Amino acid sequence: MSAETLEITGAAPAAGGTGRHGLTRYLVVRFLLIIPTVFILVSLVFFLMRATGDPVSAAFGDRLTPGQLQAKLHQAGYDRPLSVQYLDYLRSLAAGDFGHTVTDNQPVTHVLGVYGAATAELALNALVVALLAGVPLGVVAARYRDRAPDAVLRLFAVLTYATPVFFTGLLLKLVLAVRLGWLPASGRASTDVQLFLQDQSSTTGFYLLDALRSGDGTAVTDVLEHAVLPALTLGLLVAGVLLRLVRTNLIGTLSADYVDAARSRGVPSLRLVTRHAARPALIPVVTFLGLQVAGLLGGAVLTETTFEWKGLGYELAHYLTARDFPAVQGIVALFAVVVAVTNFLVDVVAALIDPRVRY
Amino acid sequence: MAGILARGPAPLPRRLRARLRTAGAVQRAMLLTGAGLTALFLLAALIGPLLAPYGYARLQDASGLFGAQQPPSGAHPLGTTIAGYDVLSRTLWGARTALEIILAALSLSVVPGTVLGLVSGYLGGRVDRTLVGLADALYAFPPLLLAVVMSIVISGGRSSLAGGLGAAACSVAVAFVPQYFRVVRAEVVRVKAEPYVDAARVIGTSTREIMFRHVLRNSVRTLPLIFTINASEAILTLAGLGFLGFGIEPNSAAEWGYDLNRSVADVTSGLWWTALPPGLAIVLTVLGTTLLGEGLTDLADPRLRRRGAAAVSGTPTDGGTRDG
Amino acid sequence: MADLLRVENLSVTFATDTGPAPAVRGVSLAVAPGEVLALVGESGSGKTVTARSVLGLLPATATTRGRVLLGDGAADPAEDVLTASPARLRALRGTHAAMVFQEPSTALNPVFTVGWQLAEGLRAHGHGGGRAARRALAVDWLGRVGIPDPDTRVDHYPHQLSGGQRQRAVIAMALALGTRLIVADEPTTALDVTVQAEILELLHRCRTDFGTAVLLVTHDMGVVADLADRVAVMRAGEVVEQAPVRPLFAAPGHPYTRELLAAVPVFGRGTGRVRRSGSAAATTSGTTGASAVVGASGPGDGPPVVRAAGLVVDHPGRLRRKGFRAVDGVNFEIGPGEVLGLVGESGSGKTTIGRAVAGLTAVTGGELDVFGVSRTARRRPRDRAGHIGYVFQDPAAAFNPLLTVADSVAEPLAVHRRDLTAAAIRAETEALLESVHLPRAYADRYPHELSGGQRQRAALARALALRPPLIIADEPTSALDVSVQAKVLGLFTELQEERGFAALFISHDLAVVEQVTDRVVVLHRGRVAACGSTADVLGSPQDDYTRRLVAALPVPDPVRQARRPDLTLDVRDDAGTVRHHTAVDALDEGAATT
Repeated sequence: MSAETLEITGAAPAAGGTGRHGLTRYLVVRFLLIIPTVFILVSLVFFLMRATGDPVSAAFGDRLTPGQLQAKLHQAGYDRPLSVQYLDYLRSLAAGDFGHTVTDNQPVTHVLGVYGAATAELALNALVVALLAGVPLGVVAARYRDRAPDAVLRLFAVLTYATPVFFTGLLLKLVLAVRLGWLPASGRASTDVQLFLQDQSSTTGFYLLDALRSGDGTAVTDVLEHAVLPALTLGLLVAGVLLRLVRTNLIGTLSADYVDAARSRGVPSLRLVTRHAARPALIPVVTFLGLQVAGLLGGAVLTETTFEWKGLGYELAHYLTARDFPAVQGIVALFAVVVAVTNFLVDVVAALIDPRVRY
Repeated sequence: MAGILARGPAPLPRRLRARLRTAGAVQRAMLLTGAGLTALFLLAALIGPLLAPYGYARLQDASGLFGAQQPPSGAHPLGTTIAGYDVLSRTLWGARTALEIILAALSLSVVPGTVLGLVSGYLGGRVDRTLVGLADALYAFPPLLLAVVMSIVISGGRSSLAGGLGAAACSVAVAFVPQYFRVVRAEVVRVKAEPYVDAARVIGTSTREIMFRHVLRNSVRTLPLIFTINASEAILTLAGLGFLGFGIEPNSAAEWGYDLNRSVADVTSGLWWTALPPGLAIVLTVLGTTLLGEGLTDLADPRLRRRGAAAVSGTPTDGGTRDG
Repeated sequence: MADLLRVENLSVTFATDTGPAPAVRGVSLAVAPGEVLALVGESGSGKTVTARSVLGLLPATATTRGRVLLGDGAADPAEDVLTASPARLRALRGTHAAMVFQEPSTALNPVFTVGWQLAEGLRAHGHGGGRAARRALAVDWLGRVGIPDPDTRVDHYPHQLSGGQRQRAVIAMALALGTRLIVADEPTTALDVTVQAEILELLHRCRTDFGTAVLLVTHDMGVVADLADRVAVMRAGEVVEQAPVRPLFAAPGHPYTRELLAAVPVFGRGTGRVRRSGSAAATTSGTTGASAVVGASGPGDGPPVVRAAGLVVDHPGRLRRKGFRAVDGVNFEIGPGEVLGLVGESGSGKTTIGRAVAGLTAVTGGELDVFGVSRTARRRPRDRAGHIGYVFQDPAAAFNPLLTVADSVAEPLAVHRRDLTAAAIRAETEALLESVHLPRAYADRYPHELSGGQRQRAALARALALRPPLIIADEPTSALDVSVQAKVLGLFTELQEERGFAALFISHDLAVVEQVTDRVVVLHRGRVAACGSTADVLGSPQDDYTRRLVAALPVPDPVRQARRPDLTLDVRDDAGTVRHHTAVDALDEGAATT
């Protein structure tokens, strides 16, 4: 009688009876929603950072004479009215200019370019770990609900959540790197490998990719060895979330009427889990995973700091300590864009899985 | 929060107790572990400072300086840090800091979050749309970074002013306001459509009275559960803040995240005693509150419970008399 | 011939929060090939649990005793579902017995095509060879159950089908495995009456064309009369009476069966309600100010309480969809003391009209005057609030769960009668509860501590608190069991006669409307299809739509129901009609999502 009952968990946008053009329209609207999200975040960060005063005084306030400070302020345009600075900031952002860092006077875009790849590499590695561990374990937990495997896995999930990423990192480091000496304790590669990779003709910034392209076996091994601990650290955090998510949603769909209906037709119970319950459970999992991107980036900052992984997070912590706010503002703005775009992509994927949005 | 529950019809605790009896062994074990660990944490926060051998900022006693990175010994059961503090003392004192921050941060965020969610959700309109847009945007923002930015704002951008308990609490609180706003607003929008709210509107009850008498009290019933779950999040955010160097300075309070930050180098050189105690303290505390919150949610959510009367028969409304 | 199903002394107990709860106690049943056995009872009688145990679909908290034997009809049933191995149980499911569920929209997986889901059953039992062959079979079966254009429909997702087509698809899935027995759990309860008629017809065909037996679980005596050969009446987990359908209706043996049958409102038995004299209303002229409006006039005299002319109500569209016109140019009037029925299927706009009259939904166009004041005006007149009492469909949701019954019932008084002391309000509240036959002791209970019928009576008390001249009752009894419904309807009529309020009575149930209302408006897709005195409109319908509605309604009397096959045939065989209903269904769903 009502289409409300069709909805699984509020995640999927309900669109009963819309045609193909409905999907296109949905995607366009959803894409346009990125703009206000990014705008709000960028503005918020701007005003919050400015509420503390100007970046020059923050960085050099205690080291410069009032006269020098004034000159520096004027040179950077920080003595203009805030509204003018804001509009100027938005204008240059729109043109792809994130300003200059105060402490080492580099273009922020350059910082983003150099370190962005490192963070992206870490995030992708972590995502691989998370998917490989989280999804199958979540399915197992749901299938053996309230029995021993489920109890162990749930405890594991809670533990990965309860342990701060940097503590997981420190533990792994202490045991696997320092005590056992199996893996390197920090960095993205050994110094010589790093130099070798940077000498390559065209670099992507993704060390693993660069090492593979160079065809140098030792470089590949070295990069991989360095990648394990950070990827594991960040990946376990997301794996725990993913496990819980898969478990909860699968339990929900396993008790749905349509699974009972399929059972009443004699469909084998393994197939009930892997086909009949899995696909509808996937939609909220994917949607919710999109929302985890923000947390993933927060975790990346801590992971990079722990392993001296020279990425955006590491640089962010560094610039924060130095009170270099244009740099902080730029990195945070990039994070905001990344999160907004990822969320859009995730919604697209969810829409493609869900026929109720597709048709 | 307890007050809201106590005024409810079949008080939630009583129902929970009944459900606890029938819950599965796993659920019961997890819930009880959570409750036990949380109790331990509270105990440490309350009487820990009495048990601690030294103050959290003490660097020396009658026989002189403690010395840096001393391994565990009779005088220092868990050794000393690189700065020369006693690890055991700081870990015990850290529980009190954590509790203070959680309570302050959550109460600072729950009130504005709830009020905004209620007014925005019930009245709707342009203000509601703006606030929802804002909260959605903030949701897409790492809470840790928001807390960091807030801590900069509060400290006025100067490290000399950073480090107070209040600043840390405010930073964490700001990160949670949008979350409470979202949760409460979603509930308000749901409750708003309930027939009993329509009934009050037909009667002609004033908007203010509908909002507080009918909507608010029915919208915040799940809040205590969210509260326990967010407590874990608050501890983690605080620890992250401390780890990035935006937490509390060592001389104003003991904070686990800060101590872990200081121990990174120790770990690389193979020293375990400076990192493990504060780290484990965080893990056990978060584990406790999370298990407690999850256990309670599990018991309250019929969909997630294995045993339930709900599945017994088709239509829930029965014709016969049921004596409560 | 041997039975297909034999249930022997079945007992089912559930482990609950408050200890073990027996749901079925010592039930014995048998279904022969080609037979339709109806399992009838009110909610909580254990009929659904009994039916689900046939397929071994009970939750893990259930403990069972007794035997549920399934067979193929050739020999005596020998396999006990309750003790069968998982593999054996899987083999039995779908082939020996198949299930049709109450809510077709939840019984179909939203993310797979209908054809795929049908083929899944075939695949599970190794039927149909390869994928292409299974698909061909799926197309074939979808066509056989009357889904138009099965070649395309086979690739459609459930939400692209209408409610009736979904239920047809579920039945096709049951039949495709060659089952000899269909267990149908309230198969038409979620459907509109015209769609219900089609599905009942299809279930008839299951027996005549495919020789399938049906174990029919239902609370609807009309459905029983239409379909069943034999009836088993359940109450509190026990079968109190089993008999062939005609003797059971003609001469029920057990007192409970008699009670149940007496409570069922029979459409067309008494045309129009017995109107009391106009003076009845006048004699109740109240002592309080608010009731003066009522007491002054009898039914039909004086200016109308509600007047709608060309009323239009749109539900605004959201982000991605157009607005939906729920009410489209409707005219009607309610005179003082008159009970006007608003009848229609889901999506007809009947509830929207009720909400518009109460001021809960904004009017888009046309005129709507309530007590002579326009509802279309921007500002809602506050002083008139409280002059309308509203009774909602779901009594469980109509009360704030955190307030006691007394608090809720007293709310209108607390808001509008500031002159009253707390003690006076309390006294008035107790008097109100008494007037709806609720014991005084119930005042301090919470809503969840009352049964559905008691809650609905308390809702009536709240609606009457200010002695309003107008009551809006939106499906007030459709969430209730028939025996409770009869009591609530009786109470409603009694109070109406005593107090003389005008009422807008919204319902999908023609029999109930016929019993309670003076005049009736039949709505169809937001427009008025018919309007006039209840006896005329429903007794001898003039327009097509009302005729179809009346024809589709199964009468709880097997003899009369059997005499009306032509009318149902009309509905079924007219291809145009079938298509037409689909369109309505699609519209309904559109309305529900907005």
